[in-house]
Amino acid sequence: MKTRSYLALEDISVTFPTPKGPFTALQQVDLSIDKGEFVALIGHSGCGKSTLLNVISGLTKASRGVVFLDGEVIDSPGPDRAVIFQDHSLLPWLTVEENVRLAVDQTHRGSRAERRDWVRHNLELVHMGHALAKRPAELSGGMKQRVGIARAIAMNPRVLLMDEPFGALDALTRASLQDAVMEIQAKLRNTVVMITHDVDEAVLLADRVVMMTNGPAATIGEDLRVALPRPRNRIEVAETHDYNHARAEVLHFLHQRFSNPVDLAA
Amino acid sequence: MAALPETAMVSTAKAVANDSRSAEAEGGGDGAVLLTLPTSPPAAAEARPKEQPVRRSSPVLGMLYRAAAATLPTVVVIGLLLIVWQFACGAPGSSLPAPTKIWADSREVILHPLKGVTFNGLKPSVESGDVGIAVHILTSLRRVAIGFGLAAIAGIGLGVLIGQSRLAYRALDPLFQVLRTVPPLAWLPISLAVFQQAQPSSIFLIFITAIWPVILNTAAGVQAIPPTYRNVAKVLALNPFQYFTKIMLPATVPHMFTGLRIGVGMSWLAIVAAEMVQGGTGIGFFIWDSYNSSLLSDTIVALIWIGLVGFALDRIVGWIGRRVARQA
Repeated sequence: MKTRSYLALEDISVTFPTPKGPFTALQQVDLSIDKGEFVALIGHSGCGKSTLLNVISGLTKASRGVVFLDGEVIDSPGPDRAVIFQDHSLLPWLTVEENVRLAVDQTHRGSRAERRDWVRHNLELVHMGHALAKRPAELSGGMKQRVGIARAIAMNPRVLLMDEPFGALDALTRASLQDAVMEIQAKLRNTVVMITHDVDEAVLLADRVVMMTNGPAATIGEDLRVALPRPRNRIEVAETHDYNHARAEVLHFLHQRFSNPVDLAA
Repeated sequence: MAALPETAMVSTAKAVANDSRSAEAEGGGDGAVLLTLPTSPPAAAEARPKEQPVRRSSPVLGMLYRAAAATLPTVVVIGLLLIVWQFACGAPGSSLPAPTKIWADSREVILHPLKGVTFNGLKPSVESGDVGIAVHILTSLRRVAIGFGLAAIAGIGLGVLIGQSRLAYRALDPLFQVLRTVPPLAWLPISLAVFQQAQPSSIFLIFITAIWPVILNTAAGVQAIPPTYRNVAKVLALNPFQYFTKIMLPATVPHMFTGLRIGVGMSWLAIVAAEMVQGGTGIGFFIWDSYNSSLLSDTIVALIWIGLVGFALDRIVGWIGRRVARQA
């Protein structure tokens, strides 16, 4: 019996039925992720990144292949794989605290007071302790996503899945959220899979950048290890050779070997 | 917002109709609009010459001022209508009584709505026979309460069912679409034949009239739950009961209350028609009875009562909807 990584995707293919016949989104994806590793998935729009993330979360079923997490087969969604959605997906009728509490009540037994403290602790981690009683509509986009992060990490997940978490934010807000994620990651050492479009984000945050080929029938094109020491500071790393090298590699992959299919068509 | 009920109501009513999610955003907008209000319309200030010039620093005067600005146009229009009516129907022998004639004819009805009711402490006892108009209204309201209550429960249940299950939707929606177009009075013969008595058959009539908008709006609300909320529920592994109470219900409340609000209005339409045909008690009977006794003035008084009560019902359901949407 071979030894598997903490999170192992083996021979994953996903085919969707469409009126024009079956559409193969992913073909034969193999990916192994170690415990505590931060992996960024990057690729052009429509390359099946989100599908791959949904297979790990269990929201989409693979047509072929198996996902193993800590030796167990994954086939349905569950709170051990917390998802941070791009649109944050906070429930608008609940306050910030209640949104996180909903997740904590599902994942933690403890007493009422313990659960409340855990909710507050996690909101403090993302610097949202001041907004417990606010509703999502009263928060800025960046603050909402901070709450989304708090909700996910409060679940103590075995894997943290981030679906383009900062895609909808402006560049400055995105930078401060990235710093928040690095800060939290330094403390918690979660196993993270993050989808992104942003080359700098991928290289700055991740231990590994997994690049996907263009769909249909997308698969993993290249798997790049980012050997930058942590903690990373965005200004300092920008001047290092390793950072620029990794960045160039990803850019080369995205814009030369697998340039945007829409651009090619045009 | 507490000091500014009128505008707050408009904005949240909109929110209830569309989506509770926008409530806070709408509320934010209100503040900006209201800040500019006190400085703008000079017309309303002239209309109340006895008032001191409005001092922006006094919240009480500000409230009076806004209340006047909100109600004055309506009062003026009602006054004009009464004057036109008086001139149009004031001639002797006019087929429609003028306002002054209504007052002369129906003073008893207007001034003693609770005729026939004696209060024994707080417990009212109602005589049978010739009773005041408010007693008829209360009889009708009791029927509406039962019929509409049943329609709300069954309607929300069926709405959730067809909103949630595609199979149930395919099976039942065509049926509902056909049945909802049947006018309330068309049900009356069947209802009378089945129930044989006035009370249950008029309650059934309310039920069958009010249930369709509740079903259809609830179903639309359930179908409109954003897929991301379902994903949140799946990731959190909420069980079906938790999904119902924590996600579906709060997400659907605004739609539900749109349906309930339409439903309560339609029940009120149906009860009057039903009672007119069935006789006995209720405001519909009162109208029919006064028409048969050639008391057209009484009929007009009853009409005004019906309108005001219908308006109140609509506002009450709308108000509950906003309260629930805010707390859910």
